[in-house]
Amino acid sequence: MPKTLAEKVYDAHVVRSAEGEPDLLYIDLHLVHEVTSPQAFDGLRAAGRTVRHPELTMATEDHNVPTLDILSPIADPVSRAQVEALRKNAAEFGIRLAPMGDRDQGIVHVIGPQLGLTQPGMTIVCGDSHTSTHGAFGALAFGIGTSEVEHVLATQTLPQYRPRQMAVTVDGELSPGVSAKDVILAVIAEIGTGGGQGHVIEYRGSAIEALSMEARMTICNMSIEAGARAGLIAPDQTTLDFLAGRPHAPQGADWDAAVEYWTTLRTDEGAVFDREVHIDAASLTPYVTWGTNPGQGLPIGASVPDPAQIPDENERHAAESALAYMGLTAGTPLREIEVDTVFLGSCTNGRIEDLRVAAALLKGKHVDANTRMLVVPGSVGVKQQAEAEGLDQVFLDAGAEWRGAGCSMCLGMNPDQLQPGERSASTSNRNFQGRQGKGGRTHLVSPAVAAATALTGRLTAPADLTDVPAIAGA
Amino acid sequence: MDAFTTHTGTAAPLRRSNVDTDQIIPAEYLKRITRTGFEDGLFSAWRKNEPDFVLNQPQYADASILVAGPDFGTGSSREHAVWALLDGGFRAVISPRFGDIFRNNSTKAGLLTVLLPQADVEALWQAIEAGPALQVTVDLQARQVRYGSTSIAFEVDDYTRWRLLEGLDDVGLTERHLADVEAFEATRPSWLPKVQPALPA
Repeated sequence: MPKTLAEKVYDAHVVRSAEGEPDLLYIDLHLVHEVTSPQAFDGLRAAGRTVRHPELTMATEDHNVPTLDILSPIADPVSRAQVEALRKNAAEFGIRLAPMGDRDQGIVHVIGPQLGLTQPGMTIVCGDSHTSTHGAFGALAFGIGTSEVEHVLATQTLPQYRPRQMAVTVDGELSPGVSAKDVILAVIAEIGTGGGQGHVIEYRGSAIEALSMEARMTICNMSIEAGARAGLIAPDQTTLDFLAGRPHAPQGADWDAAVEYWTTLRTDEGAVFDREVHIDAASLTPYVTWGTNPGQGLPIGASVPDPAQIPDENERHAAESALAYMGLTAGTPLREIEVDTVFLGSCTNGRIEDLRVAAALLKGKHVDANTRMLVVPGSVGVKQQAEAEGLDQVFLDAGAEWRGAGCSMCLGMNPDQLQPGERSASTSNRNFQGRQGKGGRTHLVSPAVAAATALTGRLTAPADLTDVPAIAGA
Repeated sequence: MDAFTTHTGTAAPLRRSNVDTDQIIPAEYLKRITRTGFEDGLFSAWRKNEPDFVLNQPQYADASILVAGPDFGTGSSREHAVWALLDGGFRAVISPRFGDIFRNNSTKAGLLTVLLPQADVEALWQAIEAGPALQVTVDLQARQVRYGSTSIAFEVDDYTRWRLLEGLDDVGLTERHLADVEAFEATRPSWLPKVQPALPA
């Protein structure tokens, strides 16, 4: 029977299957961070259990870490205690930890691929909903809760129910200035925050095949914002080129054996999806969100919607409360919305390619006088690469801040936060109320829109940037 | 976890859709390393900023069943959202649609999540608002939600129901199948990655 890519990966990991019970699925890689793991380690200790496979487990510090002065102890005692708990647990259970200051430290979903730990056909879990990022390599990767973290630590398996299958096909060519972020924001706007619920999404089509690995990670990353626990893309030459030579990638004969297997990881002709969505890449323009869930997004040329025009009662109420929270008036062109802060970073858009795109737009120009821009590389590795390319200097010359690696302003767990009422254009993944700090207002955007917005101080597409003056002498 | 068989109590009508886990418990409360004591974080922004928020109304102060709009528990995988609801006195949440990870987490911690169609949720909202002292029963044994003369069947798979009824811990259940796990491990290709200790500079 023809199978989808996700079914192939799932079936290859079923340890045990019994009528009327969930399948027991083997987990190839377990990524761990400080926020969702302490109670799981406590559970192991209380039951006298050990970590079954420390060598299939990798930990890092990302959510709580400050992005300034990173070699000093964390000032916030509660954050510090959480990070110290992870250090203690990693040492006690023999798990490799990349702590602050380590050259492998970074956002958990940036370092997995960077180290070559993320490979096609694997099952990967982490106590973090953006684990779907790793699906970009053709892995089945999904977020889990702390009880499941404990279960994977103890058994290297998870009880799972077979997910439904969805295909999102994006054909055609993206216009200049339109990126993976715009594609996924358009997908979420189309199917809604619950549209992928119960499904794993396979992204396919010519526009997806043309994307770099970084861009594919951006798309898979936000599968959860469409309600799907996992999203994935079939591995191809782009995937192999990215993986070859990375520290944990197979070498020599092992590489050949792995590639032989990886090339079988494609959806078979005739495989059936439970739901299919088609998007025409050429029709897309930069997308920005106007509301407080990621499905509330529109092309940047649109205006803030009028809730009265929304027929569905739940969506109408959601739009009304979103406009009140966001301090927006129906009918305002999105391009007229002024922002205080631009955040470039996160597991969605904190990779080297994202920084390159933004730097190319900022080079020789200066950030708007009333806008602050924070540039936060997703990992120490990304930071070093950017510095080797001179991108840090481009950002600094443009008046942006160049920070250390971490989750930063994606979520309000570390010192990088919006103040109440402050408005951001952010390359992160969630525009929920208070997500970037209490009372903060978030517009989700691509790295290119973030950079263009930083230059003008209001939501701006890169194509709008004809009249921004270069810095004198630059 | 505590077993769940049947629960009767008053209910709170949360007339909102897309209640993400950042609203159920904001990130600042996630810095704690304990498994209990999260009630102060439960809906803390709405409780603080909205005097009319449903859980600020005295008639719903003792509610133990939350009745919410669609897409409850979307977003972050934080199981703290489930713990906060339990710590805040809730034993069950009813909604037309849940975020997958939240729902999965709820089954691990003994919070019952009940899927009901939007029309049934609307009727329940109206019944609660007409009489906030209304006793609502969520019966996992019989797979029913009951109030007044109304009885609504809900679906839950047999395995999850059994685990909740017995209050069983998954790790213990999986450990019964360690021989299967070992047999699977013997078949894994040797080229699959193993995490290296700190790599040489």
